[in-house]
Amino acid sequence: MKIMEPNLVRWLWLIPFFPLLGAAVNGIIGPKLPHKVNHWIACSTIFMSFAISCLAALKLTTLGQGGILMTQVFTWIKVGQLTAEAAFQFDRLSMVMSMVVSGVGFVIHVYSVGYMHGDKRYSAYFTYLNLFAGAMLILVLGANLPIMFIGWEGVGVCSYLLIGFWFEDNEKASAGKKAFIVNRIGDFGFLIGIFSLFYFLGTLDYVGMQKVIEEGGAERLQAVWFTFGGYSPMVITVICLCLFLGATGKSAQLPLYIWLPDAMAGPTPVSALIHAATMVTAGVYMVARLNFLFAMSQTACLVVATVGGITALYSATIALTQNDIKKVLAYSTVSQLGYMFVGVGVMAYSAGIFHLMTHAFFKACLFLGSGSVIHAMGGEQDMRKMGGLRKYMPKTYMTFLIATIAIAGIPPFAGFFSKDEILWKAWSHGHPIIWAMCALAAGITAFYMFRLVFMTFHGECRADEHTKDHLHESPDSMTVPLIILAALSIVGGWIGFPAVIPIPNIFEHSIAPVFEAGEKAIEALHLPEHGHAEELLFMTISVCIAAAGIGLAYLLYIKRTDIPGKIADSIKPLYNLSLNKYYLDEIYEAGVIKPILKTSDSFLWRFFDVWIIDGLVNGVARLFKDVLSEGLRRLQTGVVNTYAVYFVLGVVMVLGYFLFVP
Amino acid sequence: MIVPLTHYLILASIIFTLGAVGVMTRRNAIVIFMCIELMLNAVNLVLIAASRYLGDPGGQIMVFMVMTVAAAEAAVGLAVILLIHRTRGTVNVDDINMLKW
Repeated sequence: MKIMEPNLVRWLWLIPFFPLLGAAVNGIIGPKLPHKVNHWIACSTIFMSFAISCLAALKLTTLGQGGILMTQVFTWIKVGQLTAEAAFQFDRLSMVMSMVVSGVGFVIHVYSVGYMHGDKRYSAYFTYLNLFAGAMLILVLGANLPIMFIGWEGVGVCSYLLIGFWFEDNEKASAGKKAFIVNRIGDFGFLIGIFSLFYFLGTLDYVGMQKVIEEGGAERLQAVWFTFGGYSPMVITVICLCLFLGATGKSAQLPLYIWLPDAMAGPTPVSALIHAATMVTAGVYMVARLNFLFAMSQTACLVVATVGGITALYSATIALTQNDIKKVLAYSTVSQLGYMFVGVGVMAYSAGIFHLMTHAFFKACLFLGSGSVIHAMGGEQDMRKMGGLRKYMPKTYMTFLIATIAIAGIPPFAGFFSKDEILWKAWSHGHPIIWAMCALAAGITAFYMFRLVFMTFHGECRADEHTKDHLHESPDSMTVPLIILAALSIVGGWIGFPAVIPIPNIFEHSIAPVFEAGEKAIEALHLPEHGHAEELLFMTISVCIAAAGIGLAYLLYIKRTDIPGKIADSIKPLYNLSLNKYYLDEIYEAGVIKPILKTSDSFLWRFFDVWIIDGLVNGVARLFKDVLSEGLRRLQTGVVNTYAVYFVLGVVMVLGYFLFVP
Repeated sequence: MIVPLTHYLILASIIFTLGAVGVMTRRNAIVIFMCIELMLNAVNLVLIAASRYLGDPGGQIMVFMVMTVAAAEAAVGLAVILLIHRTRGTVNVDDINMLKW
C-alpha cells in the first residue's frame, strides 16, 4: 500500500472556521441585528467555506494521484500512548465531501432566507444552521477519529436543535429528543469501536493507522478476539460492526432509522440539508474513510451491505402508502442511504460515495421543492389535499420533476449513473440477493416518487377554496436554489460514466487512491470476470425496472385513479402494515422503552435511590449528629472535677505507654 | 544509714496520688487548690531525691522553677476563687457549671 506523505499547508482549518464564526456572531449578537444582516453573515460564511474548499481542491489536483493536504493546528490530546492532533486532512474523499457539504449547504442557506422569512427566531435558525455546517465540515475534514467524533456529536446536537426548532409544539420537541437519543445509542457502538482500535493499533489518525496495519498491525487485527456461542469473530470484525452500529444510528438504517421520519417536524430546509444531503451521509463517509479496516473483514462488509439492502427495500415499501409529502421523502432518504451502504458494503466505495453526491443534489432539490409546495399550501403537507399544482407553480414543478426523474434512475440524469453503478457492483462482486433487493427497491422507488409527483402536481386541485386563492409560486430566493440543484441533478452524473461507455469515469479515477485497500481486497477475492455485455444487460434491466415503476404510477394515479383505493382495500392488512411503518415504533415502545421506564421508576428510583443512596447520605449525617455530636457533648459536664479526672486519665495512659510498650 | 531512693519515690507517689484523688473528688475549690499544691510538692520531692542520688544539682534548680510557678499559680487561682465567691456566693465546684452542655 503506497501511502503518500501528506503535504502540509496552514489554512485548511479555515474551512470549518468560517461557519463556526458565523454561528458565534449570529448567536451572540444576532437577535439584535436586522434579519438581513443575519442571513448575509450566515450565507457568506458558508460561501467562504465553499470557496476555500474549491481552492484546496485545485491545489490537491496539482499534487497528482494520492495527494493529501494536511493542516495541523495544535496537539489536542497527548496522554500516554494516545496522541490526537487537532488536524485536518484534505484528500480526494474529503474534497468531494466538503464541496458537497459547503456547496449544497450554501444553496440551502439561500433557500432558507425565503422559507424562514418572518420567523421570530430568525437569527437562532441561522446560528444553528451555520453551527451545523461547521460541525459537519469538522467531521469530514478531520484527520483522525477523535476529531471526526467531535464533528459527529456536533451535527447530532445541531440536528436536535433544528428538528425541535419550533419547540413550542410538544410533538416537534419530542422529535428532536428522539433523534438525539437514538443517535446516542449508535454512538455507543462508535465509541467502543474507537476504543478497541486504539487498543489494538495504538493510534487513531487515518494515515497513522494505515501505516501500523501495513507494518504488522494486520495480524493483531485479524486474530480471533473471543469465542461466544459457537462464533469466533476476528478483532477487526467486531470493531467494524461496532463502528457500523454508529453508522446505522447517524445514517438512519435498520434498526436505528426511526428518528428520521419524525425529524420531518423540523423546517423543510433543515430536512433538506441535514436529513438528506449531509448529516445522514456521515455514516457512509465513515465507512468509506475506514475502508482499509472494513476491507479486512468480509463478514463486516457483508453485514453492512445486507443491512443496507434490507433497509432500502423495507423503507421503500413504507414510502408506498404514506400520504404526507415529507414522510415519503424521508423514507426515500432512508432507502437511498441503504443503497449507499450497499455500495460501500460490497466494497464499491467510489460508487457509494458517488451516489452520496448525486443523492445530495436530487434529494435536496426534492425537499426544497416540497418546502415550496408546503409554503404555497399554507402549511398543508397531506398530498390527498393537493393536486394540479403544476399550473400554479411551474418552476417548482419542473425542478421537482427533474429531480424525480433523477432519483428514479433514468439516464442521462444523475441518479441513473450512481444507482446503476452500485447495482452492477453488487452483482459483479458476487451478491445476487442484494442485487435483487436493490433492483426491486429501485422499481418501488420510481413508483412512489412518481406517485408523489402525480398526486401533488397533476390532476385536479383537491385543496379548498381558501388555500387555492393563496397558491403562488415561491420567491426567487427559493426557486433559484431549486434550479441550481435541478441542473446538478442532470449533469452531476456525467463525471462517473460506467466502464461500458467509452467516456472516462473521472470520479472513480480521481477518488481511487483513497480506496486502495478496498481494491486490493476485491482482487484478493478472485471474482469471476464479468464482460461488457453483461454490464450492458444489467443497465438495461435497471432502466426497464424504473420505467415499469413510472408506468405503473402513471396508470394508477393519472389514468385510473380508482384502482389504488381498490388495491388498498383488497390487501388491507398489508396496506396497514406499510402505512403504520410495520409498527416498529410501537414495538420499540413496548419492548424497549416501557421496560426501561418501568425499571427506572420502580427499581432504580423507589428502591435504589430512596433506600440505599438516601439511606447512605442520611446515615452519615445521622452518625455525625446522634453519635458524635450528642454523645461527645456529654463530656462537657461543667464540673471542674470531671476535667481533673480527664487530666489524670491522660497522664496514666501516657505513663502506661512509656512503661509497658517496649 | 542512707535512706534508699526507692523510699523517697514511693513516698512521693503516695503523696501525688492523694493529691490527684483530692483534685478529682473534693467539692470545695480551695481544697482542690490545696491538693494541686500537694501534687506539686510530691514532684519537688522526687526531683530533690533524684538530684541527691544522681549527684546532679540540676534537679534542685528545677525545684526552684516549680516552686515559683506554684506560688504564682496559687496567687492567680485564689484570686479567681475569690471573685467567684463574690459573684456566685459559693465555692462549691458542683455549682460552677456554666460550661455544661
